[in-house]
Amino acid sequence: MSNQVYPKDKEILPGLQIEKVDDRIMTLNVGPQHPGSGHMRIIIKVDGDYIVHTDPDPGYVHRGEEKMAEYRNYITNIPHLERPVIHDSCNILYPYCLGVEELLGLEVPERAKYLRVIAAELNRCVYIEYWLAIYGIFLGHSTMFMWPVGDRELLIDLLDKMTGARVTHAYFVPGGVRNDVPPNFEDVCLRQVNYFEKRLKEYADVFYDNPILISRTKDTGVLSREDAIKLGTTGSVLRASGVDFDIRKKEPYDVYEELDFQTSVLKEGDSYARSKIPWLDMFESCKIIRNALKKMPKSGSVRVKLKPKPKGEDTEVYRRVESGRGALGMHIVSRGTPQPYRLKISVPSFRNLIAMPHLLTGEKLGNMPAVYWSLNYWPVEADR
Amino acid sequence: MSSTDSTEIAKTDDSSLASDLDKSLSDSISKKFSNVEIAYVKPDRIRVNVKKEDIIDVVSFIRDELNFDHAESVSGVDYPEDKQIEVVYHLGSYTDTSLDKKIIALATRTSREDDPRPGNDNTILPSLRDVFPSVSFHERECFEMLGVYFDGHPDNRRLLLPEDWADMPPLRKDFRIKGR
Repeated sequence: MSNQVYPKDKEILPGLQIEKVDDRIMTLNVGPQHPGSGHMRIIIKVDGDYIVHTDPDPGYVHRGEEKMAEYRNYITNIPHLERPVIHDSCNILYPYCLGVEELLGLEVPERAKYLRVIAAELNRCVYIEYWLAIYGIFLGHSTMFMWPVGDRELLIDLLDKMTGARVTHAYFVPGGVRNDVPPNFEDVCLRQVNYFEKRLKEYADVFYDNPILISRTKDTGVLSREDAIKLGTTGSVLRASGVDFDIRKKEPYDVYEELDFQTSVLKEGDSYARSKIPWLDMFESCKIIRNALKKMPKSGSVRVKLKPKPKGEDTEVYRRVESGRGALGMHIVSRGTPQPYRLKISVPSFRNLIAMPHLLTGEKLGNMPAVYWSLNYWPVEADR
Repeated sequence: MSSTDSTEIAKTDDSSLASDLDKSLSDSISKKFSNVEIAYVKPDRIRVNVKKEDIIDVVSFIRDELNFDHAESVSGVDYPEDKQIEVVYHLGSYTDTSLDKKIIALATRTSREDDPRPGNDNTILPSLRDVFPSVSFHERECFEMLGVYFDGHPDNRRLLLPEDWADMPPLRKDFRIKGR
């Protein structure tokens, strides 16, 4: 397309610049294919056991979701937009659907709002269980890998019944949800969620009260309240540092205002607090699901009928929801065409990326997995 | 260069739904700065268009006087027919509980060149990193995706694109996906 050759002089490529070899400082590339870093590279400089410089280098799984969205209309965008984080696919589609509804002026039926909340909370638990499994295995705790992976099957079964797919649901559509749930869904859901909550309590015995876990995560990677705010972190990272900010409470969307739940906040700001917040969130999710099942209208339509290729107004919207990792925002610029003119996905993982050099620098290299995974960071989502 | 004259986002009449706090926030900005345009005041969403020369003053005012303390998102939007690129900062507040729902969209524009040489042409904006450290990775992304060089940012390096990327910044409108 063009004959330019990059980089020009004002751009240096991460990890490729020529550096003087130091006889004390050693450079380590953690990732991008090493499972200890997910699908990203962290360029770490160590002096003995201590990390003296951290340079996160995401982009290994960048897929250009934002560019792709400019070529597809508002409806055909749905299946590919959930790809950045397939384990939390309902929550990443949520702000998109809210935004498109605002653009098109759609009113969502009451039953669909409850179904969305149930699907989003089930999906949040599925994501957190997956993350918890990885956190467990990287701390050498293989029971904590097996248990969450097994327990999340319960919820995946429920989502399978709701949506017809185990992981990539594409369940949310602008104007409601794709389909209604099967007739006996409420009973099955209640039973499985109650059992799931009972299992969650057992995690305390095996994991959260485990002295080995506590010794590895207590007082490592401490993020103060001021820094958490200044760096603009979100979700479990922010709430573990003592800031009570949950979009479900602060800017309630759909029916969250009518449901009864608490936000989980801890003050310590260390890796232990960060790893505990998502677990506490799952209890609240169970509460929300039970509450929503009780309040949901027993029948009614679940989506409004749309014209093919609907066109948005000539305006822009910014909507956000609380996903499994934190606030997830979508900025949709519309110029009266069936496609979005620009779609910016502001993902929590990308926002929390800035905390990584802040926390890892000065830590021991052996603490890296404990700190890195406690950030609830999902590299695929950060790359989009 | 006038950066706000040909703003695409038209003024809307949603202001009747906006709360008193929304209006007082937008009034305090427009009272303080005469050359700032309030594009819309919707419920909980305010959009402010500023010239790039004024953006540091306006954003410092928003941080110090209006208690907004972090940036949620930085999106670059390409407008080839205006020969301009727009950068929109979405600012929020954690510390002031009355501002929980509020988002200020602060937009500024810079000129755009048909043959981009990122970092070496006139597509330059002042970096807001000194005011809001939370924008630092977002501005890096904007630099590589749209070729907007953020003056004052210490770390204008490649972030998400592959190291051997030798084409134009991909979120510009004249970069087309193959087969589309």
